[in-house]
Amino acid sequence: MSVQDLEKIFQDKIDADIRIEPKDWMPDAYRKTLVRQMSQHAHSEIVGMLPEANWITRAPTLRRKATLIAKVQDEAGHGLYLYSATETLGTGRDELLEQLHTGKAKYSSIFNYPTLTWADMGAIGWLVDGAAIMNQVPLCRASYGPYARAMVRICKEESFHQRQGFEILLTLSRGSEAQRRMCQDAINRWWWPSVMMFGPNDDASPNSAQSMQWKIKRFSNDELRQKFVDVSAEQVKILGMTLPDPDLVWNEDKQHYDFGAIDWDEFWNVIKGNGPCNKERLEARVKAHEDGAWVREAAMAYAEKVSRNSVKKEIA
Amino acid sequence: MSNQWPLWEIFIRSKQGLDHKHAGSLHAADAEMAIENARDVYTRRMEGVSIWVVESKHIHASNPDEAASFYDPANDKVYRHPTFYDLPDELKHM
Ligand SMILES: [Fe+2]
Ligand SMILES: [Fe+2]
Repeated sequence: MSVQDLEKIFQDKIDADIRIEPKDWMPDAYRKTLVRQMSQHAHSEIVGMLPEANWITRAPTLRRKATLIAKVQDEAGHGLYLYSATETLGTGRDELLEQLHTGKAKYSSIFNYPTLTWADMGAIGWLVDGAAIMNQVPLCRASYGPYARAMVRICKEESFHQRQGFEILLTLSRGSEAQRRMCQDAINRWWWPSVMMFGPNDDASPNSAQSMQWKIKRFSNDELRQKFVDVSAEQVKILGMTLPDPDLVWNEDKQHYDFGAIDWDEFWNVIKGNGPCNKERLEARVKAHEDGAWVREAAMAYAEKVSRNSVKKEIA
Repeated sequence: MSNQWPLWEIFIRSKQGLDHKHAGSLHAADAEMAIENARDVYTRRMEGVSIWVVESKHIHASNPDEAASFYDPANDKVYRHPTFYDLPDELKHM
């Protein structure tokens, strides 16, 4: 069969909403795009543990601490679901980690911002996980089977992440003057980076059309961003707080909120590695990997020894 | 890098009485570790009552490219289905 025939069969399947599975024929570019998107997503889950882990030992109550540990543990799980789904495309875990550690692969820029106060745990849950959910729900129908299945599992778990975050902010918003200030300050710092999580504007996002045709993207960046702004602009009222955007205003004609211009210079600058925490995050990942090397080696040596001994016993 | 732990496929029985179902994969040094990791990765919310792990290299799969010819023998045997048989409506309990 010619490549054109195979490509036609492949696209017909996608158009009919039939999932592509690991051993099915797929175009190289589809495979490459998926490996990039899925591993970037996996790396984000893993690096995303760092800003929140920063507050585990200083959580204000035992309930908050247990919750935060459970959330961070979930993010580790999300990373693992996605790494294992990526591996079905033929790229090994060691290669994926190498790409992260050498800076060749990216992760979501949002995790290059620091977590300065306890209120940041609330703002991250509400806004960062909220934006992630908006991105991820459509991916549960992505054309690549292992990816879609991993996303279903992830989305089920994400909803508590957002709710616990909002609860933290709600508690602060009903607290003392200092707590209310802390709440507003965290929202102010996390709002714009969260809005940027949806990526460049549609006209500056050249690969989107192809990804839409392959159904590994179902809505455009700007569509999802608009949805996020609309939802958040209402939710913030319950907190009695404001979003740091003087241009945010309900547009009756469009039935959407208008919002201010995004600082894309900042966005690209953080992606290029100049965010407040890029260096720190990457160093923490590399250190964890290197410090754990002896554990991985010892476990492997032990497993090999046990299996050698059991073979010996069988022979004897 | 060559020291990478082998890959294991994880199957989980979500509830007594149901089949084990493929959940995903993970790396582990041996079967015991694979089971413990599977518990932490795939059953954090009581999604399982039993876990099977199989090293991925032991899984053999049919070839999707040959699906058409491979499943062909079952393709023209509608008489294997109960609806193939034309029986009067008065016939009850069958
Ligand atoms: Fe997550
Ligand atoms: Fe999350």
